Amino acid sequence: MSADTLQGGFADAPREAARAFRACLDVMARPGTIAEVSGAVPPAPLSIGAGVILLTLCDPDTPVYLAGRMDSPEIRQWISFHAGAPITETRAEASFAFGTWEALLPLAEFPIGSAEYPDRSTTLVVALDRLEPDMGARISGPGIRDVARLPLPDTEAFQDNHLLYPQGLDFFFTAGARIAALPRSTKVEGV
Amino acid sequence: MTKKRQTWMGLLARAPSERVIALWDGIGKAPEFSWARMPETGGVMVRGRMGGTGDAFNMGEVTVTRCALRLETCGTTGHAYVQGRSRRHAEIAALADALLQTDEAATIETGLLDPLQREEEARRARRAAKAAATKVDFFTMVRGEDA
Amino acid sequence: MYVAVKGGEKAIDNAHAWLAEERRGDPQVPELSLAQIREQMALAVNRVMSEGSLYDPDLAALAIKQSRGDLIEAIFLIRAYRTTLPRFGATRPIETGEMRCERRVSATFKDLPGGQILGPTFDYTHRLLDFKLAAEGEAPQPAEEAEGSAGPVPHVTEFLNRDGLIESEARDEAVPPDLTRAPLELPANRALRLQSLTRGDEGFLLGLAYSTQRGYARNHAFVGELRIGAVAIEMDIPELGFAVEIGEITVTECETVNQFKGSKTEPPQFTRGYGLVFGQTERKAISMALVDRALRWRELGEENQGAPAQDEEFVLSHADNIQATGFLEHIKLPHYVDFQSELELIRKIRAEAEAYQAAQSKTPEAAE
Repeated sequence: MSADTLQGGFADAPREAARAFRACLDVMARPGTIAEVSGAVPPAPLSIGAGVILLTLCDPDTPVYLAGRMDSPEIRQWISFHAGAPITETRAEASFAFGTWEALLPLAEFPIGSAEYPDRSTTLVVALDRLEPDMGARISGPGIRDVARLPLPDTEAFQDNHLLYPQGLDFFFTAGARIAALPRSTKVEGV
Repeated sequence: MTKKRQTWMGLLARAPSERVIALWDGIGKAPEFSWARMPETGGVMVRGRMGGTGDAFNMGEVTVTRCALRLETCGTTGHAYVQGRSRRHAEIAALADALLQTDEAATIETGLLDPLQREEEARRARRAAKAAATKVDFFTMVRGEDA
Repeated sequence: MYVAVKGGEKAIDNAHAWLAEERRGDPQVPELSLAQIREQMALAVNRVMSEGSLYDPDLAALAIKQSRGDLIEAIFLIRAYRTTLPRFGATRPIETGEMRCERRVSATFKDLPGGQILGPTFDYTHRLLDFKLAAEGEAPQPAEEAEGSAGPVPHVTEFLNRDGLIESEARDEAVPPDLTRAPLELPANRALRLQSLTRGDEGFLLGLAYSTQRGYARNHAFVGELRIGAVAIEMDIPELGFAVEIGEITVTECETVNQFKGSKTEPPQFTRGYGLVFGQTERKAISMALVDRALRWRELGEENQGAPAQDEEFVLSHADNIQATGFLEHIKLPHYVDFQSELELIRKIRAEAEAYQAAQSKTPEAAE
């Protein structure tokens, strides 16, 4: 293992993970909210935001799928040292999936949970180029007063996903140190 | 190298914490290092095999403390996974793991590994000898037949 | 109907303070150290580790001290602590064939290779109170030592296996299910059953195992082998890319050999029950093996006699003493409003019954 992949984890894990967890919770509970996070410096092309989500939510019980260029030996080593999460090559086994929107498509192979256990689904962490507030698709639903906006890479895919509720996928979006989220409960109304 | 490293990491992990700490203090080394992972205590699920030889099943957890560090002088990394909750034991095991990969290996071998090895062998031999003294041969006196 | 109550903080604080004082007992009597509990109450420590599902003798000793020797309360403390630990991963399956046996007996093979090793057992004691132990300060005579190989000894069942007279264990390298991570779903496979049994309550398993011996799901077990000793625990370290030994634990393993006349799917042969428990815990390990065997009726094509030990849902749902005591003991906590509604219901039914009787007695012609 190269020494570099031993770097870039939380320096003060209990505090940083608690703060990061709060940020993940906030953006997921209030879709449209954008949070700035810190503490993780993962190997490129994994962003700081994606790295923080990974360190906070992934562990040996959550198989991680790396799509496209996210799947590199450095990133695999970094994940195994800092999070201990197993890497899976099978989308159907993934608890979390990291990649650009294009690399993560098609979504159909990611598990959406069952009627008894809707939580047995994948959370996708989508890398975007930019994440600016009050731009993009109009969204509404639980956690949103009236209407919010989120720059989504697609509209129809998220509308289809919402129809699966209570089953379905959940999404984080990351750009640099910024994170946002779109749970399956959110209705996407288009741009 | 891997084989040797597995051997010393296992020996350091199995040894009693008090002995690891006492022997390390006796060597009197305090190399500069930085943490790649601070010592943390967690659980590792112990697995058994059905019938002793079959498929695996989960038995229960064991407390384990782990850490990883890098020597300032040469950048060599040392890792430790040690049963129990002693952070100091894990730190010393990781330092020893790093130093054993450098030209200081001989000091660590004679000051730490060799005594731990001898003590472990003595501990095991003592219990094996007590067990051997309770070995029994049952003599068949009467073989009961269905009557 | 359910209503929360509040108040009583002062009384609760005072109760806890008194509990701490009672825990310590007479201050004229020296206080117990954790090392004393760990070394001298080792079998209690072992029970707390196995049912608490966490191998750490010092923590188990602390839990026993804190719980005033109430082992189920101690197990509760260990279970609660266990949930705070991050999970680093899992060991490779321990190889009990490599065990450095300190006890190893067989009831079925008199002359087993490697010999019968009695170890530090109660088996042949007379169960007479030893009043010498009441006098403090005297160290026991060191036990005899003898020449003997410390090497691993083979499993007894493998001798039968060579002749094809006992079923062989299936072996694939699938990741076993873990009931501490995913909710128990029935029917459970054998891996899940064994996990549930090894952390289950000793008394419950003993009772069930005894019931099979008395004829409920009779499966006539013999102890093929019982062994106690230390085994290394080895774990794959992902950041290193190889496995290392991370420590050593003592376990008790029991393999039973059971008569089996054969079924539609299986030939006549011996079948196996298996027990594997943390620490020196042989009553539990034997019980586990008997209950494991009884629960295997379906896969062996045996008849379901409707015995409790064959009922997977019954056994797995009631084996855990922390689940059991949690539900049992909650009924002593405030249920005032619940009970008020019960009281009102009883009063109402009673009033109705009395009114009915009164009406009946006023119309004697109707009663005739």
